[in-house]
Amino acid sequence: MATSLPIEPAPRRPRLGSVKRIIGFGLLFLIVIFYLMPLYVMIVTGLKEAAEVTGSTMWRIPTSLSGGGFGEAWRRLSPNLITSIKLVIPATILSALLGSLNGYIFSKWQFRGSNLLFGLLLFGMFIPYQSILIPMLQVLRWLGIYGTLPGLILVHVIYGLPITTLIFRNYYANIPSELVEAARIDGAGMLELYRRIMLPLSIPAFVVVGIFQATNIWNDFLFGLTIITNPNDQPITIALNNLAGSFSVAWNVVMAGAVLAALPTALVYIFLGRYFIRGMLAGSMKG
Amino acid sequence: MAVSSLETGAPVEPKRSRFRLSEKWLAPLLLAPSLIALFVFVYGFIGFTFWVSLSNWRSATRDLSLRDPIWTVYERLFQMPRFQADLRNIVVYTILFLLVTVVIGLGLAIVLDQQFAGKPFFRFVFLFPYALSFIVTGVAWRWIFNPEIGLNLLFEQLGLNRVLGWFGMGPFKPGWLTNPTVVGDMRTWFPGMDGLFAQMGIPLAMIPVTIAAVWQLSGFAMAMYLAGLGTIPMEVREAAQLDGASTMQMYRQVILPLLKPVTVSVLIILTHVSLKIFDLIYAMSGSGPGFATDVPGIFVFEQTFRATRYDLGAAASIVMLVLVAFVIVPYLARSVKEL
Amino acid sequence: MTDLQRLIQRNRLSRRGFTAGAAALAASPLLARFASAQTPITFEEGAEEELEIFSWWTTGGESAGLDQLFAAFSAGSPDVTIINAAVAGGAGSNAQIALQNRLSGGQPPDSWQSHHGKELFSLYVDPGYAEPINALWEEQGWLDAFPQGLIDQVTLDGNIYLVPVGIHRGNVMFYNKHVLADNGIEIGDSLSVDDFFAAADTLKAAGVAAVGLGDKDTFAAPQFFENTLLGALGPESYLALWAGELGWDSAEVTAAIETFARALDYLNEDHAALTWDGAMDAVIEGRAAFTSMGDWAWGHVVSKGVEDQIGYVTHPGSEGGFVTVVDGFTLPMNAPHPVNARNWLRAVGSKEAQEVFGPYKGCIPARTDIDASLFEGYFSWSIDALASVASVTSLAHGSSASPQLRQAIFDATIPFVVDRNVEAYQQALVMAAEDDV
Repeated sequence: MATSLPIEPAPRRPRLGSVKRIIGFGLLFLIVIFYLMPLYVMIVTGLKEAAEVTGSTMWRIPTSLSGGGFGEAWRRLSPNLITSIKLVIPATILSALLGSLNGYIFSKWQFRGSNLLFGLLLFGMFIPYQSILIPMLQVLRWLGIYGTLPGLILVHVIYGLPITTLIFRNYYANIPSELVEAARIDGAGMLELYRRIMLPLSIPAFVVVGIFQATNIWNDFLFGLTIITNPNDQPITIALNNLAGSFSVAWNVVMAGAVLAALPTALVYIFLGRYFIRGMLAGSMKG
Repeated sequence: MAVSSLETGAPVEPKRSRFRLSEKWLAPLLLAPSLIALFVFVYGFIGFTFWVSLSNWRSATRDLSLRDPIWTVYERLFQMPRFQADLRNIVVYTILFLLVTVVIGLGLAIVLDQQFAGKPFFRFVFLFPYALSFIVTGVAWRWIFNPEIGLNLLFEQLGLNRVLGWFGMGPFKPGWLTNPTVVGDMRTWFPGMDGLFAQMGIPLAMIPVTIAAVWQLSGFAMAMYLAGLGTIPMEVREAAQLDGASTMQMYRQVILPLLKPVTVSVLIILTHVSLKIFDLIYAMSGSGPGFATDVPGIFVFEQTFRATRYDLGAAASIVMLVLVAFVIVPYLARSVKEL
Repeated sequence: MTDLQRLIQRNRLSRRGFTAGAAALAASPLLARFASAQTPITFEEGAEEELEIFSWWTTGGESAGLDQLFAAFSAGSPDVTIINAAVAGGAGSNAQIALQNRLSGGQPPDSWQSHHGKELFSLYVDPGYAEPINALWEEQGWLDAFPQGLIDQVTLDGNIYLVPVGIHRGNVMFYNKHVLADNGIEIGDSLSVDDFFAAADTLKAAGVAAVGLGDKDTFAAPQFFENTLLGALGPESYLALWAGELGWDSAEVTAAIETFARALDYLNEDHAALTWDGAMDAVIEGRAAFTSMGDWAWGHVVSKGVEDQIGYVTHPGSEGGFVTVVDGFTLPMNAPHPVNARNWLRAVGSKEAQEVFGPYKGCIPARTDIDASLFEGYFSWSIDALASVASVTSLAHGSSASPQLRQAIFDATIPFVVDRNVEAYQQALVMAAEDDV
């Protein structure tokens, strides 16, 4: 029988029998193995020498600690890693700043039709980007930034607006209106309010948006593939895919490359997981 | 914490009456650069793409004159065996992927809803793949599904095939992504499908793709459900337990119904992700044997850039957009109405 | 010794060719001096600092061949920095997409690799990306040095747009000599369709896959089909088909499709998992008896050192035709470095460059005035064939049809390998042809 005395803090604690518990943990353990397997394969294969990669030793741990494919992967992919960094930082900052301003207005300065505009804006984050590629490339060409990093940054900033605006709008909506009212009575204008009250309060939202956008842009494939034409200037995901597709590259190098490409977002997830999840739940789109 | 992914936050009290004259125009004015840029890049470009789909732009040379008859390319598109296979693949994949992801996501969330040691570790592991790019996922799984090594080798080394041998069964050595087989053909059951060229069944090569996608995104479903579970008041659980419900009963009869809105959000978000799938398959298998893993996203890319069939690529991308809009627009409209 | 050196030695090139190749591998400046002493190609004055060359030659013999062309250029312009903008992956398909994006974005390299025929005209000439090079052809006397049929395939409305550097043959059937001998099958100078199927039945009975295919590469099945078409139709009707004079709905095409379907009954089980070189390996290892592929597969055979075990004959019934797969280089409109670009073309069109390039790349020179005694074995067979049978173009490698029609035929062919629905296939082909611009 359930007891719900106030001192019993967790009525949700399951009262499963120990056999069930063992079975449950066994299942959970198998699922954990499934989730870790690709990571294991990537890291272990990357650390091996080419000769050890194929054949019966694929699932074994490496026999030597020579760094395996990582040296070669770094040599091939480091220019692209740098490109990705040079892409992600400005694109993330710009789209976060613009999203913050938009979110502020959509939450605190609504006007006739602003909700409709907001909805139309949000639709932009769900479209398949295939359906805008042809004119986008034409426009970038016309602007003279086709094939360049600024062109790619611009595209990421613009298509990042819906999600950054959404996250900031939700965040600002939870800031009490009394705070805004009080400042207005002091005679602060719209922009002053934003600068003096909202921005200082926005640090957590900026962290969430920053992490979310940085991850999304880092992981993008289609834009980098179609906008940047020079292989040495392409972001890491495109370079990794090319690496995996060329016949002359051994798989230990490809897997080491995959680890390199995954490392930055993985580190963000490991160290800033809490913010990462918040962004994911607020934005929750991938691809 | 937001439950629905489009949770629009607390309601906003209108401040219209308090606008000063200059500020009345300032709000839209400040939004204008962002909105104009975005609307051009979204709606303007979609309009242009739609125009291209109706045009004579069928080579590397741009030709924006309209084709006569105007819908020719769409007619051709739906007659193409390849595009028919793409639509089949995307439907099969979406259904499989949604089913498995939601079941696993919900299951993991319920497990992690319990109290036990090491919980944060499990949550960490299950969510980890979400942080990676589809390309990394695709490259890793492509290697794992290599029929000569990878999983098949692991099964062999774990002695699975020996065990199967005891029961008189052959070794388990699927071709995974290289298997062109399409199981079942609805064309034989539904006379109306006679006109279709592609086999209307389940392409087996789509199963490994689904596994990789589930690996990457089930953590997302889990996180959504966990957030949902977190919003269920303790009193509800207590009440259920006071009524003498077992843990199982409590989840089935009380908690699951309360999670319905979360399920709707998860389904909608994942459906649109699934319909747009491109990177993962591009990295894993490309269009696959006999187009067994081809999807509209790849079709658009290849027709547009490899074959310079801009009209055909544009038309297929519009079809993709319509499919996505079908799922997203009602959801979006509802969310915005609740503002 | 590297594979390349072995490749060259095995083909017993003249000492000159071998020395040049070895020198290039060791140190290209050495070759540069060597080549310039041997081959005074006159270059235009006023070289710019850089030369950017776009290709999809990134592996083994291909990139070594490209290095030979670079060396030939550097011999005349030693101070120019060459930027190798080769794009790897997907057997050229990634590269062609990247190139198309560059060109439409107004950022051409100084020269890029193209096949002859429709691909050249449709992708590069029609949109205005390529500049006519008639003056260069006249200046260099190339009009007399290249076969007329080939010149026609790089000329549109009287303007020439490409400098061919090498020719591959697309319709070659490679086979494992031991496997055939073990099954009592003999191959003569040519192979008829009936003899092929008789052999295939014998092999099937013996449990050997007669046809090794590697259709993980999307071009492999379409190439098999085009060779089958050539075998069934003969060169004249084959060309008539591509010229639009013979209909895709004709009975001849139906018969060719049926032959194709029949051949697919003898496939290796793992065809979908293999690329073309994997299929060649299957033949080398005796898991399959035949594979129908372009003669770059011979380069693969040579690199494995098993030439004595592998035989070659034309694809069944196609002995009257030579499917040409030609690689060449273009001059872009608004080349960033026009003088270097023209000098590059002068270099790659030269007799000397082509004689050295061919063995590395595994093709024969495009020029007819080369020293044939430099080539032996397979290459000598190929040179003789080119001189004696009808040259026809390849669909799979871009020359027969526009990229749009090519893609549409690929799109129809790839599912056909699985479902073998002759009627649906032919209907899709007819529709594809109708839809072509």
